[in-house]
Amino acid sequence: MRAYVPGYDLRVPGNLKEALGLIAREPGVWQPFAGGTDLMVLLEAGKLSHKRFLSLSKLADLRGIEVTSDAVNLGALTTYTEIQRHPLLQSEFHLLCAAARETGSIATQNRGTLGGNIVNASPAADSPPALLVYDAEIELISTRDAHWLPYHGFHAGYKKMQLAPDELLRAIRLPRRTKAWKQYYRKVGTRKAQAISKVCFAGAALLEAGTIRDIRIALGSVAPIVLRAVKTEDVLRGVKLTSKTITAAKETLAREISPIDDIRSTARYRLRVAQNLLEEFLSQLVR
Amino acid sequence: MARLLDVLREELSLTGTKEGCGEGECGACAVLMNGAIVNSCLIPAIEADGADIRTIEGMAGGPQLHAVQEAFLECGGAQCGICTPGMVIAAVALIERHPHPGDAEIREGLAGNLCRCTGYQKIFAAVLRACESAGTNSRENR
Repeated sequence: MRAYVPGYDLRVPGNLKEALGLIAREPGVWQPFAGGTDLMVLLEAGKLSHKRFLSLSKLADLRGIEVTSDAVNLGALTTYTEIQRHPLLQSEFHLLCAAARETGSIATQNRGTLGGNIVNASPAADSPPALLVYDAEIELISTRDAHWLPYHGFHAGYKKMQLAPDELLRAIRLPRRTKAWKQYYRKVGTRKAQAISKVCFAGAALLEAGTIRDIRIALGSVAPIVLRAVKTEDVLRGVKLTSKTITAAKETLAREISPIDDIRSTARYRLRVAQNLLEEFLSQLVR
Repeated sequence: MARLLDVLREELSLTGTKEGCGEGECGACAVLMNGAIVNSCLIPAIEADGADIRTIEGMAGGPQLHAVQEAFLECGGAQCGICTPGMVIAAVALIERHPHPGDAEIREGLAGNLCRCTGYQKIFAAVLRACESAGTNSRENR
């Protein structure tokens, strides 16, 4: 049954201290609300258990893109549109720009946020594969403390995160170490625009004289969480690409992912496409 | 909580903005919020506090239609009309950023707006016509 929207409460704190104080006093009661592109859909469909929402819209501490010599810090409320339009992200982090451009419609990109995409914890989210490839770190903040942790490992299982009920995701940090890496991103969905992915693939590799010195690979929609394919990376690190090593990597990937049949695709199709995307990525490395 | 869409339609009687899917997929409820296209069904009204909101009612300058609206009329870009306000808003948002969009840019710019009647071709033609005939008019009209 559709929800009666006026029956829901939305609080709009004016600053971070007020917001953190509220979720510290009543942990789990207030559902943080960023761009609303996922939450409003679930809310209107009557699929949310929460009745109280905490709008983050006035929290300036969660906004802005800051560039330093060794990293880019993105506030959790950075929208997909802001990502696409940022010159440094375009030149050094184009996997993230590609993901932002392929997420929803332009209207969605104007509202949807990077932090929301992480905390919504969908295994089909488009930007997390790029974040994993860039070895992103995230900052969690509460009235107790603020601390950074690697994004890899943040999702512990389907919709499970290392996020306490009194914590907010404040920022995402991308180390500027992959500029020289060859990068590849491809989302496969039902249609070109505004489709949730059947498989999403992000990869980057550093080559030296034809040998893969380092490589990172991540996929969406093939496991309960967006997955960093570390075993496949291990098979590829330090090798020269040949048809034999590519086949070995594809076989490892097949064992590493656990795609399912669902409303958008089948396990069989996802497995085949994931392997094909890996092959396309690796083939482009030596071209 | 109230949705921006409901406040526009029910409190302000601005019924040009339509509700299609109510889940951010169809674009019928599109409005410009501080110049950026958004789906008003997904916006809590309180988050529009202090924002500049332009709905389809604000596109024409009095009796003078916006160049995009004129082009929709000339090219047959509207049939049943439910998607039309959102389509016009999306086209205006596109042209404001890309005054001379190519075919791919038009398709991308309107990808968040679904139409069940026209098959899109006449809508795409209308966007091109608006750019050709009065690309600069669209600015003067506001």
